[in-house]
Amino acid sequence: MSVHDLTAIELRDRIAAGRIGSVEATRAVLDRIERVDPTVGAYLSVFRDRAIEAAEAVDRRIAAGQRVGPLAGVPVAVKDVMCTSFGATTCGSRILENFHSPYDATAVRRLLAADAVIVGKTNMDEFAMGSSTENSGLKRTVNPWDTSRVPGGSSGGSAAAVAARVCFAALGSDTGGSIRQPASFCGVVGLKPTYGRVSRYGLVAYGSSLDQIGPFGRTVADAALMLEVIAGHDPADSTSVSEDVAPVDGYLANLNQPVEGLRIGVASSFNAGADPAVRQAIDRAVSGYRGAGAQIVEVAMPHLDYAIAAYYVIATAEASSNLARYDGVHYGYRTPNPADYVEVYSKSREEAFGKEVKRRIMLGTYALSSGYYDAYYLKALKVRNLIRGDFVRAFEQCDAICMPVAPTTAFRVGEKVDDPLKMYLSDIYTIAVNLAGVPGISVPCGFDESGLPIGLQVIGPAFSEAKLLRIARMHESRTDWHTKRPAAIERITA
Amino acid sequence: MSDLTYKIIVGLEIHVQLNTRTKMFCGCALRFGEEANSRVCPVCLGLPGALPVMNGQAVEYAILTAMALNCEIAPFTKWDRKSYYYPDLPKNYQISQYDLPLGSNGYIEIPLDDGQTRRIRIRRAHLEEDAGKNLHTAGYHSQVDLNRAGTPLLEIVTEPDMNSADQVRALAVELQRIVRYLGVSEADMQKGHMRFEPNVNLVIERAGQQFKTPIAEVKNLNSFRALERSVAYEAERQLDAFIETGATMQMGNKSTRGWDDVNQVTVLQREKEEAHDYRYFPDPDLVPVMPSAEWLTQIRSRLCELPVQRQVRYVQEYGLSDYDAGVLTADRSTADFFEQAVRAGAASKRVCNLLTQVGLKLANERGRDLAGLGLEPAGVADLAKMIDAGAVSASAGNTILSAMVETGKKPDLLAQELNLIQKSDAGELERVLDQVLAENAAAVAEVTAGGKKSQKARGYLMGQVMQKTRGQANPKIVSELMSKKLGV
Repeated sequence: MSVHDLTAIELRDRIAAGRIGSVEATRAVLDRIERVDPTVGAYLSVFRDRAIEAAEAVDRRIAAGQRVGPLAGVPVAVKDVMCTSFGATTCGSRILENFHSPYDATAVRRLLAADAVIVGKTNMDEFAMGSSTENSGLKRTVNPWDTSRVPGGSSGGSAAAVAARVCFAALGSDTGGSIRQPASFCGVVGLKPTYGRVSRYGLVAYGSSLDQIGPFGRTVADAALMLEVIAGHDPADSTSVSEDVAPVDGYLANLNQPVEGLRIGVASSFNAGADPAVRQAIDRAVSGYRGAGAQIVEVAMPHLDYAIAAYYVIATAEASSNLARYDGVHYGYRTPNPADYVEVYSKSREEAFGKEVKRRIMLGTYALSSGYYDAYYLKALKVRNLIRGDFVRAFEQCDAICMPVAPTTAFRVGEKVDDPLKMYLSDIYTIAVNLAGVPGISVPCGFDESGLPIGLQVIGPAFSEAKLLRIARMHESRTDWHTKRPAAIERITA
Repeated sequence: MSDLTYKIIVGLEIHVQLNTRTKMFCGCALRFGEEANSRVCPVCLGLPGALPVMNGQAVEYAILTAMALNCEIAPFTKWDRKSYYYPDLPKNYQISQYDLPLGSNGYIEIPLDDGQTRRIRIRRAHLEEDAGKNLHTAGYHSQVDLNRAGTPLLEIVTEPDMNSADQVRALAVELQRIVRYLGVSEADMQKGHMRFEPNVNLVIERAGQQFKTPIAEVKNLNSFRALERSVAYEAERQLDAFIETGATMQMGNKSTRGWDDVNQVTVLQREKEEAHDYRYFPDPDLVPVMPSAEWLTQIRSRLCELPVQRQVRYVQEYGLSDYDAGVLTADRSTADFFEQAVRAGAASKRVCNLLTQVGLKLANERGRDLAGLGLEPAGVADLAKMIDAGAVSASAGNTILSAMVETGKKPDLLAQELNLIQKSDAGELERVLDQVLAENAAAVAEVTAGGKKSQKARGYLMGQVMQKTRGQANPKIVSELMSKKLGV
């Protein structure tokens, strides 16, 4: 069995036991990146020397019998939207192509403190705006299951990297589905935690009230391990939740213990918009829960139909303000030969931002303009409250809600890129979760007729990650979808 | 035109820089005059991914000041982003407070020349972060120094309740006294700790009709003088402009003017109020502030008697002149020093004289406060008591106070060393007086003759006694002896 077939936890345990060196595992990953990534395009940067040095340090400490962290020696990847004090932090944008952060994001710091080996940073839709990673201003990433298809987005690089086994786990960020949807498209596990569970400090902001960092893994357990490492209060993020209010649970400890008296909620009418193959896979997964003794309850989610509209007002409003700082004055791309300082702004931004980013900045600017604020922004906030209410009421009847992650499986490269509205609609099942701030996970639950993976979305109440992971694990333990490998990649490495 | 009368209407916006240890939303120390961009971090540089964290001390200072200004304190307040592009604003938005300011509907009592006070309403008081500074010293390129970026500013907005340049100045001075009293700002004008923006217009009555002139806002004034003069200038300018053009206030014809300190005139900056759209919205990176009752009680307990109240009390309680009371209450440490000396048993007027005639003069010369001179209230009280007991003369007292500052010694010791103990021994003084009377028969005659020259002659004789005793004779005793001997 190849080292790449190990899960992150299996690898970690073997490294800790001295059965395999972190250097060996890291080199294997770096070699595989060289072979596979020219095809997949998951990475924007690879830290070969740095990774090997980190791996050597772990091996030395293990050899010396010293204590090591819970991810000791495990090669992982980080979406290039999180600041690292090493390498560039580009956000997939030409405006930050050569930007080097002087500090590490809290989540990155926690990975390093857990002795993870960060092998590289992954491609993404520019500033996390997109659902296919096609909006990256720097690179194309394709789906490891079918290289003519998109990996999803915006965390497409991280999802593709985990699926192509060019890392053992990865971090992404999710504002409207950007972890769960690419996880679904790439056949891996992706978790968006509760808003406030993971510090946003050092996460380059898109929609600040929606953004949340979360893990990708090939298994629920690997995602649980990653979450355990990155979760927790951070005084540097005022919106990160105090552990007095919501303690970080041991997400791994009882992971394999099924939830007794489980009630699974389903919003049938809402799910009806998905492709038949997706619907069948979800129905099968829900039947699986019933088979495991769960009670299935129908929940009404009357306001979810308005989620996309509300989201594209709130997220773009925040984005228009968050992205104002990329102005060519202080850092990042600056237009050559500006006539005056106003041109420093207008031309730098015009030349270095991509189309979708400009579109969202304009949308958000419009929504916040005086005279329109009440009609758009304020109304969107009201809708957001109604959606929160839908979830609160639903969770009075059930422990978790099952629904599709996306209405389709991975679409073709270029298929939706010129039709932004169609692209936006592909986030119909994920966006409400961000608006409500609750956690959601995507776990593999089947394949369509083209052999493309389908994800099951399981959504829980705020700060219910421990239970949510156990529920996801109940599905995973009864199925083998997560063990399948993308054939396109197997052919390259064979 | 002779039947024309007018009234000046002024409202004031004041920015006060709070002297917290660190910046408004990050841990950078508040220090100025250092190397450019040396007091910065990812947060105040507005780097990607950095997040603000509210400085609780700044909020406390702001609430304390708002309480001193009799404001209602908002039970729920929040932070809003105010968007505009300028190179000294690293995020291209300023974190401020828009529709829910921390304090509102307050008032401030300002002292008027006649000893009365006038109540000026405060519309709102809110907290915000300052921007950096653009430096235009490097030829074609400008440079940006972000050391000041993120400094906490308290913006106070009054209602248009002032009707003269004097009142505007009085408000500014009073506010400076208040924030210094509260210890929330050094309020050093030279360092730009207080910046003023008056909104000025006139209400003109002519031929039974009332006209309002267009409002002019004068930006960024950082001295009381400039504030006062710009308001006075605006009144004249607007009156002239009205007489010339008849232009009156309309929607959107508010202008923005700057103060030209060299020519002592205001200069037009923007004719029409541009349709500024700051696109305010709540900052999603910060949580709302809901001050608890306990917190507010704790802050309120630090509220002290304000200078204007203290000044009035000094006149009533200590019988001081309004002027002296004003001098003593100008800053809190002087007033506290004064009261401690009085509490140590000294007469208030005597302490007042010592402090205003000598103590504060020395303090000003050396740029310190009284305590900084090494003086202690108890020492000054002892000296005041010595003077009132006749042990030293009032003028010797002033000499001793200076010597106390120089040497740090106690007043009684200094009186001995400097030979300033008054001679109150009637026997000894009588011998000296007898000698003087014998030597100055002409003057004695003038005194006894009474009439016009009597007082002058008496003064002359007294002077001779002082000369012979090197100023140490107790004038009261000498005077009594003289009256007895000369029978007048």
